[in-house]
Amino acid sequence: MTPLPLTSFTATSCLGRGLAATWQALEQSRSGLKPCDFETVRLETQIGEVAGVDAVRLPAALSLFDCRNNRLAQLGLTQDGFDAAVRASAAHWGRDRIGVFIGTSTSGILETEIAFRHRDPISGELPASFDYQHRQNSFSISDYVRRALGLAGPAATLCTACSSSAKAFAAAERMISAGLIDAAVVGGVDSLCLTTLYGFHALQLTARGPCRPFDRRRDGLSIGEAAAFALLERSASPAARSENPIWLLGYGESSDAHHMSSPHPEGAGARLAMQRALAAADLEAADVDYINLHGTGTPSNDSAESLAVETVFGSDTPSSSTKGATGHTLGAAGALEAVICALSIRHRLQPAGLHRTEPDPLLHLNYLTECGHAPMRTALSNSFGFGGVNCTLLFGRTD
Amino acid sequence: MSELAIAIEGIGVLGPGLPNWRAAAAVLAGRAPYESARTVLRAPEVLPPAERRRAGRIIQLALAIGAEAVAQSGRDPRTLASVFSSSGGDGDNCHAICVALTDAQRSISPTRFHNSVHNAAAGYWSIAYGCAEASVTLCAYDGSFAAGLLEAATQVVQQAQPVLLLAYDADYPLPLQTHRHIADACGIALALAPAGAARALATLRIALTSQAATRLAQPALETLRVSCPAARGLPLLECLAQARSGAVTLDYLDELRLGVEITP
Repeated sequence: MTPLPLTSFTATSCLGRGLAATWQALEQSRSGLKPCDFETVRLETQIGEVAGVDAVRLPAALSLFDCRNNRLAQLGLTQDGFDAAVRASAAHWGRDRIGVFIGTSTSGILETEIAFRHRDPISGELPASFDYQHRQNSFSISDYVRRALGLAGPAATLCTACSSSAKAFAAAERMISAGLIDAAVVGGVDSLCLTTLYGFHALQLTARGPCRPFDRRRDGLSIGEAAAFALLERSASPAARSENPIWLLGYGESSDAHHMSSPHPEGAGARLAMQRALAAADLEAADVDYINLHGTGTPSNDSAESLAVETVFGSDTPSSSTKGATGHTLGAAGALEAVICALSIRHRLQPAGLHRTEPDPLLHLNYLTECGHAPMRTALSNSFGFGGVNCTLLFGRTD
Repeated sequence: MSELAIAIEGIGVLGPGLPNWRAAAAVLAGRAPYESARTVLRAPEVLPPAERRRAGRIIQLALAIGAEAVAQSGRDPRTLASVFSSSGGDGDNCHAICVALTDAQRSISPTRFHNSVHNAAAGYWSIAYGCAEASVTLCAYDGSFAAGLLEAATQVVQQAQPVLLLAYDADYPLPLQTHRHIADACGIALALAPAGAARALATLRIALTSQAATRLAQPALETLRVSCPAARGLPLLECLAQARSGAVTLDYLDELRLGVEITP
């Protein structure tokens, strides 16, 4: 594929608001996880909560959209001048020539979960204030972002569980390449809710302490939340010419066709996604300087992913999972880790994987437990979701 | 404005009073009267027994329409990339989880949880057919059919490969039904391929437009069109059923719609 520049990007997670806070935490190998004290949830696990989401106010004209997920989106959009960059892009291309493709897994389901506690005891009805379309429905997040940024182009929410926002990059690239649009706001927004906290707990996939990806004693994931966005533009845009951006070089997609909630044991689908990303970018495995692993910290994910990475790359490529720092932000993970890859390339630093105190002798990757300094040109990011839906993104500089 | 030219090789339909494409085509072409009746869904035989037991109505619906479209196309389902598009996913499952979360124990069954992902139908499809190809699942509320068609057509053109589109939704139980009315389970699947494909039933030219959406002349069908997100694709099917050249406009987002020119 023809590389596409990320002319602006931003991320907000439990590490902080915006790129500077995110990068400072990663550089200092600091985790944002804490014992779970979310809402009324009483589970022995840790979470990556974004501070101050409840205090965010949406623009008055968009008050119908008010829910935790859209507040997190609003908080994320206003960091690093991202909203201004999009408006400048809209002024250049036309607001109907910019698409919006956002990934989420649970959208505003938290408000529905709470509304179910307040059903009318006789009729069973939800409170009259309940708004399905603007809060619960998965399209809410893309609809909100599109309206908040004043855009009028094509839009859809990508809903492939934990690979949702990686898929957003792929969908946007195709539409730009087909000439339907000139730029796209891509990203992921997923917020804490009871469905995922109790659901992953039911599957015995939540860690008791902070998640320990690639550790021998890893016992599951820590759920986080995040809003991460990137502006992808046609390479000919003025912004792309005047700056020295990070580029989307390729992506690869596949399905496991194995099980709804367990990865293929040898990582067959993951391997195919990585191979396709390399082929799309016309790169060899040896050209990749850093792999940001899906690395959830569940026993099965890390084993399968390790085998898949080893098959494609061997055991030398520096790799880490940043989920020990951010938690697993589910539908936002693909975009959050895309931004982390872009920052890694920009700062020429490979972030450490946190909380791995005891290597797993069965995982044969060059797993970084301290940050690595390297003349980085490329970084690859893996995202795999329930339903066996895989997406690998490849970023790099072209200078 | 860019235009996407693609071929249709197969059609699958299942909805109230529309048990399959052959019957739906007769109704849409005016050869048979439309008689509304609850959509009949069956456990998909193609799934392994464990997955078949866990497959709710939305999965049964998606697998039924997909199987019908692929059979007509003559393609091997293992080779097909897919675009699944649904406004709400599995509403029964969502209801059950929300109810469980009001209990003191807050105990969600593992099956309920993995079925709660919006892409559950895509996961079951890939398992049913052993399909390792790329699959994406989208949502654009009432514009989900058009969003899916746009994504699928873009993939066909950009990647020069056949793509299976499946658009489907089902009604929520109460109390969510009060806040999101969907009449019944209803889905449309299209087996799409690059323009010029030998088995093409018709060629489509797709472009973004601001024209008003095409309505269906028969009142009962027009009611169906606006009462289920996937049924927003019925004007396209009507033109295909009548085997005539034509142009239709499909609902997408508020001020943005999808124009489709059909050539048999």
